[in-house]
Amino acid sequence: MGGITYKRGREPHGKEHRVIFRNIDREGWDPGIETYLKDGGYDQLKKALGMERAAITEEVKKSGLRGRGGAGFPCGVKWTFIPPNNTKPVYLICNADESEPGTFKDRYILHQDPHQLIEGMTIACFAVGAKLAYIYIREEFPEAAKIVEKAIAEAHAKGFLGKNIQGSGFDLEIYVHRGAGAYICGEETGLIESLEGKRPYPRIKPPYFPAAMGLYLCPTIVNNVETLCHVKHIIGMGGEEYAKTGTKNNTGTRILCVSGDVQKPGYFEVEVGKVTMGEVINDLCGGLKPGRELKAVIPGGSSAKVLRADEIYTVGRGDDARKLTIWDIPMDFDTMAACGSMAGSGGVIVMDDSRSMSWVLNNLNNFYAHESCGQCTPCREGSLWMKKITDRVVAGKASPSDIDTLYGVAKNIDGRTICAFGEACSWPTESFVEKFRDELIGDTKPELEGAIVNAETLTAAASL
Amino acid sequence: MLAVPQDLEAEIDERITHYPVSKRSAVLPVLHHLQHHFGYISEEAVEWTAAKLGLEPIKVLEVVTFYPGFRQEAPGKFHIRVCRTLSCAMAGSYELMDTICEKAGIDRSGVTHHHPIAVSPDGKYSIEFAECLASCGFGPVCMVNDDFHEAVTDVDGLLKQYS
Repeated sequence: MGGITYKRGREPHGKEHRVIFRNIDREGWDPGIETYLKDGGYDQLKKALGMERAAITEEVKKSGLRGRGGAGFPCGVKWTFIPPNNTKPVYLICNADESEPGTFKDRYILHQDPHQLIEGMTIACFAVGAKLAYIYIREEFPEAAKIVEKAIAEAHAKGFLGKNIQGSGFDLEIYVHRGAGAYICGEETGLIESLEGKRPYPRIKPPYFPAAMGLYLCPTIVNNVETLCHVKHIIGMGGEEYAKTGTKNNTGTRILCVSGDVQKPGYFEVEVGKVTMGEVINDLCGGLKPGRELKAVIPGGSSAKVLRADEIYTVGRGDDARKLTIWDIPMDFDTMAACGSMAGSGGVIVMDDSRSMSWVLNNLNNFYAHESCGQCTPCREGSLWMKKITDRVVAGKASPSDIDTLYGVAKNIDGRTICAFGEACSWPTESFVEKFRDELIGDTKPELEGAIVNAETLTAAASL
Repeated sequence: MLAVPQDLEAEIDERITHYPVSKRSAVLPVLHHLQHHFGYISEEAVEWTAAKLGLEPIKVLEVVTFYPGFRQEAPGKFHIRVCRTLSCAMAGSYELMDTICEKAGIDRSGVTHHHPIAVSPDGKYSIEFAECLASCGFGPVCMVNDDFHEAVTDVDGLLKQYS
């Protein structure tokens, strides 16, 4: 990274490859437009405005960029889902509702490099033909909302937003829309409902695929903050060149956010698939705490299925099949899926042998019970039941068969809801019971088998 | 009727122009402005918002009751939100909650799902648990009004900043 220096104690690790986070914690950097312009800012927008719209989408497709919000869906392909014969207005929404537990990356982009997002977003809007766009920022980022609104005003004043951008004839307005503390607004159709001023009840797909029927029932592209930032760099270096970073089908860089039981938690931008879980824990994060052993890792935000430290994972098929320990797993979308979990939002939560798995699962079940929107019965009731059962487990008021009930509840949510929250809330329980069944049962009491659970037992454990 | 100062109403009117397709989209921003000014969303604030946007009051109330970010009760002068979720809990957020309550004289025994906020007797501080505040590597984290604090260990120092 020629010529760039970083603030002391905030220098990137040697194994990082900074593209999106190039300016995060950079010495002498500020979120103002003058600093951004001096660094070559908005050059990619100027380049894009001289391109055919379809050619921009083509470059993004060639780059292989997969969405960084959680699902890992190819970004360029998403853009092409806008019906070709569409006559309605097209909208673009940046999803800055960062709220998947374990994930803390978009915060830094919004705070320290808002123009990178605005530039990427403006290019994306030009490509898909959107003239009105919103950045949906979670309510808990009030400072970020102010910084981004200031950046939007600066971009306006310099002619990078508004009417006839840089003389291209393209008009675009971007507005910040603040959420109000609901996790479900990170789900794209829930987000759209919220932006329409309603309760964020997700819409059923089909028919409500946002690219066909989104905001105000018009074609709408919803992309994560990090994803939109990548668009700027894809235009800068070209799709093919971009695809040379990372690994096949898992291109580019991504930001990993590591928390939990490591020496130096934090954020690290790496080439996708080029570092292993072992390198993340031991090199990037300085290893586990002294005298501790690895017990489990949640690799892609709290909804990702937990990985057990002593498990052997078989990935690939036939001649390509290989066995991996948790330390060997490359941090990419496909391998993580083959290991039975997901790379999700890049939030890695590390747990050592001091942690009770009943306690960890209960914490997550409290989260999901609080955040279920309540629209679908299996999720509304099931998430609360799972919380109540694990409340009892941690309070020593559960019987061994409660663990089977817990698992049964989870299995009856998964696949039976309008949106993916059903999976998100049941996967932790499913995976913790599958992988740590003995430990969970060990926290229950056989003598309570068949005991009547009264209201007192339930509320005693509630951790509001 | 809610006494909305002229400059606040002007700000709200400007905000509504950000939604040229549907005024209803401005429900959240209007409520944010009102809550920021009045501290919470009263019945009058719901009615004012509904009249402003040409909606039935229930369309506003259903939004207020759904989102944890809107309060229907007055908070303290300094409203503290402690992150409760996994990474912060591993870093000691439950202990942080207990310490703040002890030092600020807040009793959380009456807290329920529908009344998540506890206020100190002098009305200076109020507190609630929040779900993941997205700074998981630097827990335990909390917010005081709009300010964000990471790796909070010095509770005395924190409360002193807001006195």
